[in-house]
Amino acid sequence: MRRVVITGFGVVTPIGNDVKSMWQSILESRSGTARLTAFDPTPFSSHVAAEVKNFDPLQFFDKKEARRMDRFVQFAMKATIEAMEMSGIDLSKENLDRIGVIVGSGIGGLNIIEKTHSAYLEAGPKKITPLLIPMLIINMASGMIAMRYGLRGPNESIVTACASATHSIGDAFKVIQRGDADIMVAGGTEAATTPLGFGGFCSMGALSTRNDQPEKASRPFDKNRDGFVMGEGAGILILEEYEHSKKRNAEILAEICGYGLTCDAYHITAPDPNAYGATKCMENALLDARIDRTEVDYINAHGTSTDLNDKLETLAIKNLFTKEKSPLVSSTKSNIGHLLGAAGAAEAVVCILAIKNKIVPPTINYETPDPECDLDYVPNLPREKELKVVMSNSFGFGGHNATLVFRKI
Amino acid sequence: MPDTFERLRDLIVDQLGVKAEEVTPEAKFTSDLGADSLDIAELVMALEEEFGVEIPEEEAQKIETVQDAVNYIDANK
Repeated sequence: MRRVVITGFGVVTPIGNDVKSMWQSILESRSGTARLTAFDPTPFSSHVAAEVKNFDPLQFFDKKEARRMDRFVQFAMKATIEAMEMSGIDLSKENLDRIGVIVGSGIGGLNIIEKTHSAYLEAGPKKITPLLIPMLIINMASGMIAMRYGLRGPNESIVTACASATHSIGDAFKVIQRGDADIMVAGGTEAATTPLGFGGFCSMGALSTRNDQPEKASRPFDKNRDGFVMGEGAGILILEEYEHSKKRNAEILAEICGYGLTCDAYHITAPDPNAYGATKCMENALLDARIDRTEVDYINAHGTSTDLNDKLETLAIKNLFTKEKSPLVSSTKSNIGHLLGAAGAAEAVVCILAIKNKIVPPTINYETPDPECDLDYVPNLPREKELKVVMSNSFGFGGHNATLVFRKI
Repeated sequence: MPDTFERLRDLIVDQLGVKAEEVTPEAKFTSDLGADSLDIAELVMALEEEFGVEIPEEEAQKIETVQDAVNYIDANK
């Protein structure tokens, strides 16, 4: 069977606009959450968000290119540029028919939708920009990446809400494993912190309203958690067939060896109270990886900081693992907030950095234990530990579950 | 007040991401300034807004060069 490894990655996150600064922020247990600045949050129930700071698209694209990309596509492109550089792939020596892209998003071009809709209400259909459709469609992130580098292989976008990025990486892994490509650019991107995107989550009661302490708002597994913090950003990984990467002497960062996906088939937004789907998802990922559950060292949890997710994800982990052999669990959303359709990609990058640096990232803002969340969540400070097998979970509205397994190589 | 050409040039530079010196009166929007059909449609919207003119589809199709646009604007504003 063809093996698949990671040879590059890039990110845009609320705690750093590249991999190095993101990892540094995690080591310093920093939070990326603050009072929302994109618009006045005062009339909304929540006032806090994890926004990307100081992102200047003109640093990466010319004016015309930048104008044609919604913010979510700009994030994906920037992360791809970083990932491609890191991988050291020389495209002039590659068969571009064998390189593809799968980049997902949960929501897509909400910025341009809202802007254009306002213009339409004000002045009628003549004000609808011809760029509306190409800017709003989710698959344009994958399309633009392919265009920039001339990548003519498999190209699509996965849409499974907050599991989009994890599914994208998992599906890209399978594309290479089954032989349809040798290299895949995979990940997720999101920039939906607009009045409607933010307001929609507010109306659901999904967001934290710890408005007086923004940096403490995202507190996964803590007893006093009160909702997630809406974030934005992107994560992109370069997946490569093992022999292909060896042939060009690439630096291998980790192996991706397992992928599980299931559905709760239960409710539009709430997770299954028995956590059957999430349990089965992790189990399937380990079966796919041919790895025994006792070998898992660490799980980067979905860990949203909502009451239900954290309780039921804990239950799923306890369903699958014995108490004696329970892996360490932490949630990077405590630092970066919830990047929705980009979450799984930024978190996959964190998993690989954890393996490489032998450091388990913490769950920050963990103050009060919750009897229903009683695992070792690596509270507040990173922990040194050799990690051989690491898992990453993502769950999305609609009941979509996805789990990836990474292994030290 | 800058004349029509200057205002148009600034707008083209902004929309198409070209250099000001490339925007000569003879420059053709498609072959010289690299505009595709989406750029043209956007540019027509921006011109209508900037100069307060209406540019019907069939008129827009006749505009090939920067000077054509200047002439149309001056005749219709």
